[in-house]
Amino acid sequence: MTDVPWLVLMIVVPAVGAAVVAALPAAREALARQLALAVSLLVLLLAVLTTVAFDPGGERFQLTTSVAWIPDFGVDFALGVDGIALSMLLLIGVLVPVVVGASWRDTPLPRPGRPARSMTAFWAWLLLLESLMVGVFAATDVFLFYVFFEAMLVPMYFLIGSFGGENRQYAAVKFFLYSLLGGLVMLASVIGLYVVSNSQLGEGTFAFDALRQLEIDPNVQKLLFAGFFLAFAIKAPLVPFHTWLPDSGAEAPIGGAVLLVGVLDKVGTFGFLRYCLPLFPDASRDLAPWVLVLAVAGIIYAALLAVGQSDMKRLVSYTSIAHFGFIALGIFAFTTEAATGAVLYMVNHGIATGLLFIVVGMVIARGGSRQIRDYGGLAAKAPLLAGVFLLAGLASLALPGTNSFVSEFLVLIGAFPTRPVFTIIATVGIVLAALYVLLMYQRVMHGPPRGVLLVDEDGAGDHDPADHGAGDHGAGGGATAVPERGAGGATAVLEAPARARVLAVRDLSGREIAVVTPLVALILVLGVYPQPLIDLVSPAVEATMSDIGVDPGGSTPAAPGSTGTGGTD
Amino acid sequence: MNEVVPASVPVDGLLSVAWLVIVLPLAGAALLLLGGRRTDRWGHLLATGTVVAAFAVALACTLALTERAGRTVSLDLFTFIDTGNLDVTAGLLFDPLSAVFALLITGVGALIHVYSIGYMAHDPGRRRFFAYLNLFVAAMLLLVLGNSYVALYVGWEGVGLASYLLIAFWHTRPAAATAAKKAFLMNRVGDVGLALAIFLMFAQLGTTSYAGVFGSVGLLAGGTVTAIGLLLLLGACGKSGQFPLQAWLPDAMEGPTPVSALIHAATMVTAGVYLIARSAPVYDATPTARTVVLAVGAVTLLIGAIAGCAHDDIKKVLAYSTVSQIGYMFLAVGLGPVGYAAAIAHLLAHGFFKAGLFLGAGSVMHAMDDSVDMRRFGGLARKLPITFVTFGLGYLALIGFPFLSGWWTKDAIIEVALDRGGWSGWVLGGVAVLGAGLTAFYMTRLMLMTFFGRPRWEEGVHPHEAPASMTAPMVLLAFGSVAAGFLLVAAFPLSGWLEPVFGEPEEAAHLVSPLVVSIVVTVVVALGALTAWLFVGRREVPTTAPARVSPVVTAARRGLYADTINESLVMRPGVWLTRALVWLDARGVDGAVNGAAAALGGGSARLGRAQTGFVRSYALGILGGAVLVAGALVAVTA
Repeated sequence: MTDVPWLVLMIVVPAVGAAVVAALPAAREALARQLALAVSLLVLLLAVLTTVAFDPGGERFQLTTSVAWIPDFGVDFALGVDGIALSMLLLIGVLVPVVVGASWRDTPLPRPGRPARSMTAFWAWLLLLESLMVGVFAATDVFLFYVFFEAMLVPMYFLIGSFGGENRQYAAVKFFLYSLLGGLVMLASVIGLYVVSNSQLGEGTFAFDALRQLEIDPNVQKLLFAGFFLAFAIKAPLVPFHTWLPDSGAEAPIGGAVLLVGVLDKVGTFGFLRYCLPLFPDASRDLAPWVLVLAVAGIIYAALLAVGQSDMKRLVSYTSIAHFGFIALGIFAFTTEAATGAVLYMVNHGIATGLLFIVVGMVIARGGSRQIRDYGGLAAKAPLLAGVFLLAGLASLALPGTNSFVSEFLVLIGAFPTRPVFTIIATVGIVLAALYVLLMYQRVMHGPPRGVLLVDEDGAGDHDPADHGAGDHGAGGGATAVPERGAGGATAVLEAPARARVLAVRDLSGREIAVVTPLVALILVLGVYPQPLIDLVSPAVEATMSDIGVDPGGSTPAAPGSTGTGGTD
Repeated sequence: MNEVVPASVPVDGLLSVAWLVIVLPLAGAALLLLGGRRTDRWGHLLATGTVVAAFAVALACTLALTERAGRTVSLDLFTFIDTGNLDVTAGLLFDPLSAVFALLITGVGALIHVYSIGYMAHDPGRRRFFAYLNLFVAAMLLLVLGNSYVALYVGWEGVGLASYLLIAFWHTRPAAATAAKKAFLMNRVGDVGLALAIFLMFAQLGTTSYAGVFGSVGLLAGGTVTAIGLLLLLGACGKSGQFPLQAWLPDAMEGPTPVSALIHAATMVTAGVYLIARSAPVYDATPTARTVVLAVGAVTLLIGAIAGCAHDDIKKVLAYSTVSQIGYMFLAVGLGPVGYAAAIAHLLAHGFFKAGLFLGAGSVMHAMDDSVDMRRFGGLARKLPITFVTFGLGYLALIGFPFLSGWWTKDAIIEVALDRGGWSGWVLGGVAVLGAGLTAFYMTRLMLMTFFGRPRWEEGVHPHEAPASMTAPMVLLAFGSVAAGFLLVAAFPLSGWLEPVFGEPEEAAHLVSPLVVSIVVTVVVALGALTAWLFVGRREVPTTAPARVSPVVTAARRGLYADTINESLVMRPGVWLTRALVWLDARGVDGAVNGAAAALGGGSARLGRAQTGFVRSYALGILGGAVLVAGALVAVTA
């Protein structure tokens, strides 16, 4: 089975699928989404088979393929995965079919004076995005990685810009330019690496394994590190490079938002681990305290901002920024436990926040508004929806028993021996996480029915919920703004007038149950028995740790009896 | 890795399936939640059955434990997390301490499940209620049966979740929803302490298992042990509603009354006492942290008792009483080895009589159309005879009527406090005696306002005794209220049973003769009860609380301003900070970005037009950047 080019298949299958879907006539929307589901399920199967073919105890990079691409510059089309990359491929494999299911009934916002956009393009872009996401994690040639890194922006740009909410154009352009800026600065560093390899090896190369062997002058390392770091710090946004994410997360269609925050942004944290640490070990060590300041500041700052949000999708976006802070803390603490936790965090956050975004999307699909204040008392009407919402929230606040606990715990306990002060501040973040999750849950789900759940029987009050989203955030749920409640012509009102009656809200439909079930199951299974995933990623994490000169055996605890905590900060 | 496993003897027979105690109620919860409406008809019976079965297993395991040398069994189940130096095995520790907790949780838990069958009979959410209750029992059992701090932490947050779900059970009521959130958040503040203690243990000792930590805690520097002790205490204060994190517990009474009985009186809120008792080897190495523990206990004991005197809500009075009684337990564990067994004995006795009192309060509410206002009760003794007798026995046990449970266990704590000697012994002993008097006052006031005097019922209220499924558990708990103290202190001394955990019980040389202590306490208790009769019993109780009262009463009514302090120190500054940051993020950080973008784009205000200028300038920028980097590299490497 190892002879099958699994990684090539994982890139080609969704790309071909995207081409076929794109070629369909605009009217064949139903066929397009069926094809999208079939292709994404096939990719999931490929991801599973790839994992079976992978030997966790074997070589660092396996299932490798390498074809000369631009021989003049030593660029190869080289693919291969270690346990870390493979875990991300599995995450992609799981999330894309779920996203297809979650977007099944989406329709684009109407365009004034022009015919409605066909969803066919949505499915095509989605599949193309899947192909490119696989590529970015599977590339072992730095130039190829850069190509995938930039190419990935295109389908996401169109997913947000064509299928997003009211302010989709602004968000899409901001997303694109921000990422492009980071990518271009990274390109400078990629070229720099080539120059160094040319002078040291006599022949320029972009092959990761060769570049890892270079002995680069520490000052040069810092320059090159900065280029990569900026790109990755924008992608997995660290404060203060984060402001594009709340806009994109809020305006993107739910499916796009799940993949954006769940997978795309992980390229940043993946890049820290794969490229920054092994290629520039001295620079990483020297600059780690500064990165940690950004990481920990982000944990607190973004969590406080999440508490203050009134738009559910922006809120979830801010929670993600806080979570990326935890991942960065895990990576730059330089211990095996913390780095393992960071990798697990990348997977678990995709599952947990993916579910949270999807459930928020289901709420918006019922109420037609992203604003928290338009809701209230939903739990009494849709208990199943409320239950899944709560579970996703609990996973987001890293409650033990959910997958996120394992990763957050590993990050914090692993970072504490080397970085006690940063870890203590980060640990305070768990209170804020409880605050933003439970505040949103209480306002939307608890209390008496209010907001969109109430209709004025006379139809006198015409407070369309969309009106409440005044200001610069827009209100419509983007492509998910199809009310599933059966309110023919009834208008929703905020305060309960005397004649208001409570509207019937549908609980989860069969499709919606099918969409959330895999993620719910993964949250619980990986929360109780995470060791198989740990075993999958550990060898790659340990290899990364030895690249930067850390004993892969783990953070050596200070000898019992010593007074300090072995901290350096 | 570095663990010292105490029980090298292979575990066989019944004890090897001790995990069933946890899995049974967990399976019940899962079945009820996933089964949906199909389980509506019999779900409550299944849930009750799983807890009864868990009690049977726990009892059988405890009996099997008495046969084993050392009375300690450690059971490794599976590898939870193993990476680097961290090795966390999911495992159980079944020893005399966890055994008595397992029996308390499943025993009282089973009774309260039975009671809830009647209490929640007409609630449309009954199945959900029993699912959460089962979830709570499972998590609580994990908390006390786990063999590492990580297992404890998992159970610790699990009971927090169950508590959240059950306080908010009637979630359409905003007060219930807010109380649940408040409970979870204040617990999380404590959890930060517990988590940091675990991190510190791992950083210093490389392990989080009880065996590993206790085996090498003696090697740690004093400051580190004190830090661990204080961090654990922070966690304990959150969970047990102790000062300064006590304000959530009275609000938690928004939950259904069986929840108040099981979670917020008998079991979960005593988890903090368990944590400190379990960590005895840590506290034995740090007198400083231990002194803080007993100070917290003494302060909370008084806060709870004072606040309990001024409330008219029957459940709030009982809640403040719980705060106060757990203060006694903290005081006892803070006194060290002489106090551990006394604390656990009081904890168990309190579990019986306070659960009984809450179930009695639930029966009263059941009779009074869910009213909790004691000013609208009165004269219920004859209408609710079983409730009156069982509640009355619980009342006598709580105030320490001679030879009932509280008399044995509370007097033991007061004795130990006095035995500390010096001025601190007198202060602590005095506080404990004063607390006993206040307890007698507020409980007698509660009895008089509820069961005696002229009926002050609202119109249309027709009190009636509860069904047998509710009264039977009350009767059983009443037996416990009467006899538990005698059994645990005199007949089968708990200190002997707990010897494998806390070591040989010390025969303390009493500074004050126990007889004198007993007489003094009884006199103070009688004075407290008499005062209550003078204030409440012999005059008419107004149906609305008097508005013009002394500042002391106002302070007591407002829980000694705990909420006011939390709001002005934490909540309002937090809201202000959040608003400021939201503004800053939009105007400051993002504004700077957008401003820079506009400047880069040639001063164009419109992003659409800026776009073209943008890409061009970036292309230029990248060219310049590449040249710059390449040039720098050439310069450096040349």
